[in-house]
Amino acid sequence: MSKSQIEDINRNIYDIKNEDNYDFKMKKGLTREIIEELSKQKNEPEWMKEFRLKALDVYESLELPTWGPDISELDMNDIATYVRPKSKLNSSWDDVPEDIKKTFDQLGIPDAEKESLAGVGAQYDSEVVYHSMKEELIQQGVIYTDMETAVREYPDVVKEHFMKCVPVYDHKFVALHGAVWSGGSFVYVPKGVKVDIPLQSYFRLNSPESGQFEHTLIIVDEGASLHFIEGCSAPKYNKVNLHAGCVELYVKDNAYLRYSTIENWSKNMFNLNTKKAIVGKNAKMEWVTGSFGSKISMLYPMSILNGENAKTEFTGISFAGKGQNLDNGFKVVHNAKNTSSLVNAKSISKDGGKCTYRSLVRITPNAGGSKSSVSCESLMLDDISISDTIPVNDIETDDVIFSHEAKIGKISDKTIFYLMSRGLSEEDAKAMIVRGFAYPISKELPVEYAVEMNNLINLELEGAIG
Amino acid sequence: MSEKLLEIKDLYVSAGEKEILKGMNLSIGKGEVHVIMGPNGSGKTTTANAIFNHPEYQKIKGSISLEGEDITNSKTDEIARKGVFMSFQLPEEIPGVSVTNFLKYAKNKITGKNVKIFEFKNELQKNMDELGIPKEAVDRSLNVGFSGGEKKKNEILQMLMLNPKLAILDETDSGLDVDAIRTVSKGIQMYKNENNAVLIITHNTKILKSLKVDYVHILVDGKIVKTGSAALATEIENEGYAKYKG
Repeated sequence: MSKSQIEDINRNIYDIKNEDNYDFKMKKGLTREIIEELSKQKNEPEWMKEFRLKALDVYESLELPTWGPDISELDMNDIATYVRPKSKLNSSWDDVPEDIKKTFDQLGIPDAEKESLAGVGAQYDSEVVYHSMKEELIQQGVIYTDMETAVREYPDVVKEHFMKCVPVYDHKFVALHGAVWSGGSFVYVPKGVKVDIPLQSYFRLNSPESGQFEHTLIIVDEGASLHFIEGCSAPKYNKVNLHAGCVELYVKDNAYLRYSTIENWSKNMFNLNTKKAIVGKNAKMEWVTGSFGSKISMLYPMSILNGENAKTEFTGISFAGKGQNLDNGFKVVHNAKNTSSLVNAKSISKDGGKCTYRSLVRITPNAGGSKSSVSCESLMLDDISISDTIPVNDIETDDVIFSHEAKIGKISDKTIFYLMSRGLSEEDAKAMIVRGFAYPISKELPVEYAVEMNNLINLELEGAIG
Repeated sequence: MSEKLLEIKDLYVSAGEKEILKGMNLSIGKGEVHVIMGPNGSGKTTTANAIFNHPEYQKIKGSISLEGEDITNSKTDEIARKGVFMSFQLPEEIPGVSVTNFLKYAKNKITGKNVKIFEFKNELQKNMDELGIPKEAVDRSLNVGFSGGEKKKNEILQMLMLNPKLAILDETDSGLDVDAIRTVSKGIQMYKNENNAVLIITHNTKILKSLKVDYVHILVDGKIVKTGSAALATEIENEGYAKYKG
């Protein structure tokens, strides 16, 4: 039996390119003048401009990481850091310009809003073009808006939290983000308010040789709860694109936050994203992540468990195909008594793709009685793909329960034969095995996203569709 | 003889360097129950795998046809869709895919159309009741954490749901206790009708007691050396294969 060729992904709707029809595109590169121009274009308060310039200094003082995938191909002189679409911020889809609206229509965003979301934000290149939220949440004092509006209208809250959870010194691309950030979402859920239906922001990068640097700042106040969903995609160009977003999450005492992400970047994307949560007493932070696409991804969401009994869970999957190097993982710091973390990370690699699970579990001396359980599992679909696990465990107290389990597997020919004997083609069989492998993650996603994730898996495996 | 379903003609099959089947002939008609018995290493499982064109076995010579259509070199999944089923000695585990979803998907592929959910669920429930499979078992991942007996029962459940023209049961009875063997026999009786056929590969005559067997074949060193009625199985049970060996 000849092994049937599994074609590379036909990304259909994700690859629809709109004409690069911007209102303003910053010249490429990164200089003080460019930052000042960006700040002027955005009509920001002086303090933010100063913040950006300071971050630029930090960016210039920091080196590229000396570990992980090679990102030397990324030349900031070739990246336009700011592309303003020809649209203002709208609160009705009807007012969004036709070409941009069409993109979001094809991605199913307005439909999802009608059916299953409490609020939606949509960013196109560097600016948010649409934002809306259900009236009852507004009345309960929930704030959900684009980041620029938050800077103008809630300066005290923003100053107190903006890049305090993720300081610009963290690494070079966070500093870059601090200098050129644009767009993103701001969410504040007041004390005790439970937002039962998810809010969602969708980030679409259309413009070639550009970067997307959205900033997401979410504060879930004491006893409140929220499910926030983030979706990302971009069409494929021949030149590199850069995504260096930043997500800062504050989960106050007794609060609950679930942050779900489906990233589906094109395969020319450098996804160097930073996400971190600070979790208070008795609070719970859950991460659910599906990482698809991108040429190189370095993404390690982090929970800092600062309050007693704080809990965090990470459930994530990465899928690397030909030419992709996905270096993803999770970091957790247990920094108070009786905190717990539970990690279930999976990766799939095929056609020479590389997946690395890189993680940190740090349990500080004042985190007695804490528990941490890490499980990571990799599936390789052929002999040329690569999977690696690089855990760092830094346990500074004896009074902990800690476990780490790593499994690396391949799809066996026996399993494929078994499924083919039930009428499944070889591709169907592989897709079924991979979907089953991913099921522990997809079952954590809202149903439409689980469907999207399964579709992405099928696309990755089956090649051309309809 | 009844209308022909499967016809194996002068089949030579090897696995790697080793020649296993050496001129096998077998003809199975509709409505018939056939049994292949033979000592270890005689080529019983190879016969089943060869029918399904398992990629690790090479066909050197000979042919296999199903209802007159040559399937010697058809792909495994095509053979399944033409109506051949095999119950495995060691069924594979598929984590994250429930028995229900798997069966639904496989049935869609086998029949070439989407099953009607309501009918499917009723049929599934009926078959599970008959086989004594608990309700919650079909929500579990396929074969994951199943005992040997549960796996074999699940194979029989799949056979009933996929309703093939020819069901090959490869050592389905091995390692089972008396009750499980009875369940498997019951499943076979439920499945069996005038238009389909069963090929049982076994070491064991227990499973044959409650079934009406039409032909027993003795396979030694890659060839069928004797074909007889159900009485032949009893003879083997009492005397072993000694008189048929080299």
